[in-house]
Amino acid sequence: MAVKEYIRERFFPHMWCPGCGHGIVLNGLVRAVEELAINKNELVIVSGIGCSSRISGYVDFHSLHTVHGRALAFATGVKLSKPKLNVIVPMGDGDALSIGGNHFIHAARRNINITALVMNNRTYGMTGGQYSPMSGVGVKATTAPYSTIDNAFDCVELARAAGASFVARTTVYHVNQLSELIKKAIVHDGFSVVEIFSQCPTYFGRKNKQGGAVDMLKIFKEKTVLIGSDKKKDNPALMERGIFVEKELPEYCKAYDEVIARARKA
Amino acid sequence: MSKKKLKDHLINRDWCKGCGICVAMCPKDVLVLDGDEKAMASHPEKCIACRQCEKMCPDLAIEVITEDAHGKEE
Amino acid sequence: MATTCFVQGNEACSLAAMYAGLDFFAGYPITPSTEIAETLSARLPEAGKKFIQMEDEIASMCAIIGASLTGSKVMTATSGPGFSLMQESLGYAVMAEIPCVIANVQRGGPSTGNPTHVSQGDVNQARWGTHGDHSIVTLTASNHQDVFNMTVEAFNIAETYRTPVILLFDEIVGHMREKLVIPEPGEIELVERLRTSVREGVNYHPYLPREDGRLPMSDFGGVHRYNVTGLYHDMWGFPTDKGELVDGLIHHLVKKIDYAADAIAHHVPYYLDDARTMLISYGSSARSALSVVEQLRRRGERIGLLELQTLWPFPVQLVRDYARDKEYVGVVEMNMGQLINSVKLAVDNPRRVYLINRVDGRLITDKDIKQTLRVIAGQGV
Ligand code: SF4
Ligand code: SF4
Ligand code: SF4
Repeated sequence: MAVKEYIRERFFPHMWCPGCGHGIVLNGLVRAVEELAINKNELVIVSGIGCSSRISGYVDFHSLHTVHGRALAFATGVKLSKPKLNVIVPMGDGDALSIGGNHFIHAARRNINITALVMNNRTYGMTGGQYSPMSGVGVKATTAPYSTIDNAFDCVELARAAGASFVARTTVYHVNQLSELIKKAIVHDGFSVVEIFSQCPTYFGRKNKQGGAVDMLKIFKEKTVLIGSDKKKDNPALMERGIFVEKELPEYCKAYDEVIARARKA
Repeated sequence: MSKKKLKDHLINRDWCKGCGICVAMCPKDVLVLDGDEKAMASHPEKCIACRQCEKMCPDLAIEVITEDAHGKEE
Repeated sequence: MATTCFVQGNEACSLAAMYAGLDFFAGYPITPSTEIAETLSARLPEAGKKFIQMEDEIASMCAIIGASLTGSKVMTATSGPGFSLMQESLGYAVMAEIPCVIANVQRGGPSTGNPTHVSQGDVNQARWGTHGDHSIVTLTASNHQDVFNMTVEAFNIAETYRTPVILLFDEIVGHMREKLVIPEPGEIELVERLRTSVREGVNYHPYLPREDGRLPMSDFGGVHRYNVTGLYHDMWGFPTDKGELVDGLIHHLVKKIDYAADAIAHHVPYYLDDARTMLISYGSSARSALSVVEQLRRRGERIGLLELQTLWPFPVQLVRDYARDKEYVGVVEMNMGQLINSVKLAVDNPRRVYLINRVDGRLITDKDIKQTLRVIAGQGV
């Protein structure tokens, strides 16, 4: 498998639980970079803390495993300092949108050319299944024995409103769409966000009686629909998948080059 | 492009965690979990080389080896 | 020809950073350090280099670490509240051994305290602000020429030892204006990062120290792809919890700084050869302390001043040696007694070490110091 060239085989088998969706994201990510044939020396992966963040250790890129929630801030330093590098930032939902929420909206606002992958399993897996800002109302978690009352963010709408110029959503069930969207996000010149529903069978699945990994994948299949599908009209509760935002806006590092030009003229 | 034919399923038994995703997602019921809870191809003749199992395995443990009409391995 | 200018301390710090080869600055506005960001927002783009105003101080600290890994010389600047926010990632830079410079222009605290008034209340925070066992380098200065020199030295130390270096200035030094002579290029030696000579395709161990303790780096974007983490890690940079590896890592992180203590113990002795009384001070307090020493010298008193520019690692040997034949030692600082604790631990007779301080947000004056000296000498107030 050519994708093996993009992983650090000596660290496998990886640390994720059997059936964890994060492994499918890893699978989709390496297929995407393999198909784009990106030079590994120009690939940087920056992650924070959580089960999802461990993805950075398994890929054979320059890898920066940082602190909880701040991956995008580190990534901004990498990218602005050396704009020719491709910078990919996989984050969990808590990492990206709770502790890291401020960095998320500001990276989007700057439209810096970074690819953010939000691996949304609606829980904090690493610490044992507490509720996250993506759990939504009525969910059981180890810190919500009586069910959650907190509303969830809509990651797509948040990214759009904050100024991301590429915003997409898919699930780990939809593996072809997964790698296609990651490819598009990497190629896109601006801040791109791909929200990826991923399953945590160990905590979210068990606490919420969703069954095992296979059952949870089937829920992703049944509860989502391609953007623009008629099925959504019949069942508004379906979650749409696909590309929500794709537009050309000035990219931050390129805009900075103009600052340099103005400074030198002054 | 000529149609790809299955040659082999390479299943890395050290990496497979027996989650059963490949078994459930294979459209042709090619795969099963064996007595050690590892994936194996029990009906390789039914395989249509769609690679669904390869792409969905969270442990990157399956590789679907195909060959084209001229017997060239891919 | 060296250039002479009349500038604020914050500008002196910025100009020194440019002199040292600063490539990347990330920061967030905060009094009384903002002039550093303002100056660099003009200077860096002129030089084709990078300036970014981040969403907060947390992000600023993170961004400079990311930039440093691509091979850039990096810096951020802040004051107390922002310095508090930076602590987690400052610890990351310690753990992952990332060269970077953090200027903290101190103001009154705790909390919002007083943004526009002076304090030296962050001395121990600079030492122990981030969690976990570690060593750190902290430099300071009392005048603009030294602000310049210590800032250049901060970059040199950061690049030599692969460590964050804190520049602990204060509001008075940051905001006052005085003469600065900018040295010619080459006049002060600059240290460039040690980069690995390991060729492509050959195993490069990013966290395997050489015999001299230094770790050659490889820039992100180069031919060696390795892992950087804040977890305990092995020589590859991969997480480990093996006891002997963790033990080796912690010893390495602490000792690489502690062993350097004598080599980087920057200080200025004033009138100490025959002194019977020694003042120890640093930053803007040292200006008042020096003024007192000169006044009392004119009256024939045998008093001297040890101005410390390296606060951490604390120059234990230096202080012990200077204190040995003194009748007593007065530590002049604008806090409730922070550096004095290290002085007491260093000297043979800690009961002869006295605190001379002021904490109302005003510069400690020569009058304040003389008054306390009279009390110490038993001459009444
Ligand atoms: S705890 Fe959940 S998210 Fe973490 S590895 Fe296990 S299944 Fe995956
Ligand atoms: S999907 Fe992968 S890990 Fe799961 S049973 Fe199949 S081969 Fe094993
Ligand atoms: S390639 Fe397709 S048909 Fe063949 S085993 Fe895999 S999933 Fe089943």
